[in-house]
Amino acid sequence: MKSREVTSHWDLIIRSKSSVFDLDFKSIWKYRDLIMLFVRRDFVANYKQTILGPLWHFIQPLITTGIYLLVFTKIAKIPTDGINSVLFYMSGITLWNYFSSCLTGTSNTFGSNAGIFGKVYFPRLVSPISSIISNLMKFGIQFLMLVLMMICFSVFKGEPFYLGLSWLLIIPLLIVMAVLGLGLGIIISSLTTKYRDFAVLIGFGVQLLMYATPVVYPLSFIADKSYKFLIVINPLTYLMEAFRFAIFHHGILSIYLIYSLGFTCVMLIMGLIMFNKVERTFMDTV
Amino acid sequence: MDEVVIRVENVSKQYRLGQVGTGTMSHDLNRWWHSIRGKEDPYLLVGEENDRTVTGKSDYVWSLRDINFEIKRGEVLGIIGKNGAGKSTLLKILSRVTQPTTGNLFIKGRIASLLEVGTGFHPELSGRENVFLNGAILGMSKKEIRSKFDEIIDFSGVERYIDTPVKRYSSGMYVRLAFAVAAHLEPEILIVDEVLAVGDAEFQKKCLGKMSYVAGQGRTVLFVSHNLSAVQTLCTRAILLNKGSVRIDSTVERALDEYGSMDAKKYSERFWEKESAPAFHDKIVRLHSIRVLNKEGQVKNLFDVKDSITIEAGYWVMEEKYSLNVHLYIKNNVGQTLFVSMDNLDSPWKDKKQPPGLYLVRCEVPPNFLNEGIIKIEYLICLNPHTGMNVCVDDAVTFQVIDDKNTNGVRGNWQLPWPSAQIRPRLEWKIERVQNS
Repeated sequence: MKSREVTSHWDLIIRSKSSVFDLDFKSIWKYRDLIMLFVRRDFVANYKQTILGPLWHFIQPLITTGIYLLVFTKIAKIPTDGINSVLFYMSGITLWNYFSSCLTGTSNTFGSNAGIFGKVYFPRLVSPISSIISNLMKFGIQFLMLVLMMICFSVFKGEPFYLGLSWLLIIPLLIVMAVLGLGLGIIISSLTTKYRDFAVLIGFGVQLLMYATPVVYPLSFIADKSYKFLIVINPLTYLMEAFRFAIFHHGILSIYLIYSLGFTCVMLIMGLIMFNKVERTFMDTV
Repeated sequence: MDEVVIRVENVSKQYRLGQVGTGTMSHDLNRWWHSIRGKEDPYLLVGEENDRTVTGKSDYVWSLRDINFEIKRGEVLGIIGKNGAGKSTLLKILSRVTQPTTGNLFIKGRIASLLEVGTGFHPELSGRENVFLNGAILGMSKKEIRSKFDEIIDFSGVERYIDTPVKRYSSGMYVRLAFAVAAHLEPEILIVDEVLAVGDAEFQKKCLGKMSYVAGQGRTVLFVSHNLSAVQTLCTRAILLNKGSVRIDSTVERALDEYGSMDAKKYSERFWEKESAPAFHDKIVRLHSIRVLNKEGQVKNLFDVKDSITIEAGYWVMEEKYSLNVHLYIKNNVGQTLFVSMDNLDSPWKDKKQPPGLYLVRCEVPPNFLNEGIIKIEYLICLNPHTGMNVCVDDAVTFQVIDDKNTNGVRGNWQLPWPSAQIRPRLEWKIERVQNS
């Protein structure tokens, strides 16, 4: 095997056929500076020429919380499981925003980066990964506001403020949320390079998915409803409930979290395989 | 020195033509159906060679077909070919933007290409932020960029604006900053695609300057260009692509020679049918042909400044009635006339009526006379004495004149490009020292 010997001294081998599992994590690590620069770009460029700048991150969930309060508590009279309804909605919105921005941000990786991808090579996964990290910063800001609100409510309104070990749960929950958003996002981005139909789907799909997740209602509320299965099969349900359990010590910390975890792993692996296959030739079809 | 840094093995690239739509879906399903049964992709068999001018039967074309070559360290390889020959596709595959349909490539060392100038610049970010972003996209680490930052800013000459968003930059400043980043990449292999390099003449010159600098350091350069003079001056080897295949892989001289004769018949030779030829005076005088020939009498499209060029024009005379006068207008690329030559001085039928028959006139442009560039010829016949009537074909034939780096032509030992001028005649100079100091 002469060719086997020669391959060793090449720095780079480009093959027409490559294994689907041929993932190059080492080169992503090599481009870690680029990931951070992309994060910075996303964050900075968003608020150039705005007066309020990152304050917009506070305003959006505040107004949304107000609307939910009006619609779901005042009009629809849905209970919030004993948690103050403002805090209930705000916690839901904060976590849901993170998931949905991860999903929509990564689902258009190829489309929005076609200009760069068409000219220069770097590991394509750099883009979705940086999108997830920059969304994490947005989440950090919104989470900080949530905590401030919780403190305010406990000081002025006497709501219980629970601080305990369960807060540590937030970190693994966020990681699972991020990976699930990434996995689904890159699956959709791989599909949209050729068929744009999925890009249309994702627009309202995310909104519909929110109503199948206990964001504006607690899981206990639908316990005896006939459409329960819709919410039960949604892996996001258990993540959302666990998040509320972590910060309010109130909610359902269910064994089904393992189901969420498994689902996430499957989505990530599927996503990586599809992404890996598409990234090599997407310039020809995008 | 003989180490191979790039090896290209049987590389082909197939593209699908037309719109992506429902048809694509059925092809995809069919392809998938073949692949799960372990059969070969059915659409790889139906591709046609890439010829823009012919309407093909198949939706698939081969933009590249079975390309094989090797590049050794320190070589400056020129890649030439007409539009659509596959030059840019080859570069895209080499820079990993797209994957080949078949075949493998082996590369040793870091590749950078000057077609990436300004990639990823974000208009809202300042010049400083964009230098880091662009540098990282091109594969530099933050540390590397920081160490070269001052140099980059110096080179770009936009120091004053470095903290202003690049959307406020003039296009010139933008390109200069972008180029400064690319110029400090220090790749082992540099790819220059002049065909894609948008920018003014100064910018293109900068690209060429950077390229010869890199080449001078013994690094490897791949150069794609339509500027044949630049290829001839800078490259040590050339590959001529034609319709997606390597037509010739040899010395620059041979590749350019082949390039010159490839479409020579199309551009440098023209015949008219006797019945439909441009004619005047009741079709008593009809044009027959015009050709551009080299010393050996072969039709050529490309000449060195040192070559003599023969222009041969033919016409029919149907009746013995007139004395004719052939004019050749030698024009440059934009249609300005460089000079005009007429055959009357040497004609045996000066002041005499020409008997019926086919006449061929040949006119030789001496070596060391034209400057580099594209030459177009206008072919005109009128009566002598002139009656105001004539037959004339503008752009009858075209050819190209190039200059190599050899010092035995008009350039003597002058190393730099010849100053731009319409012609470059060899004139007699007399140099003497008339006084001792």
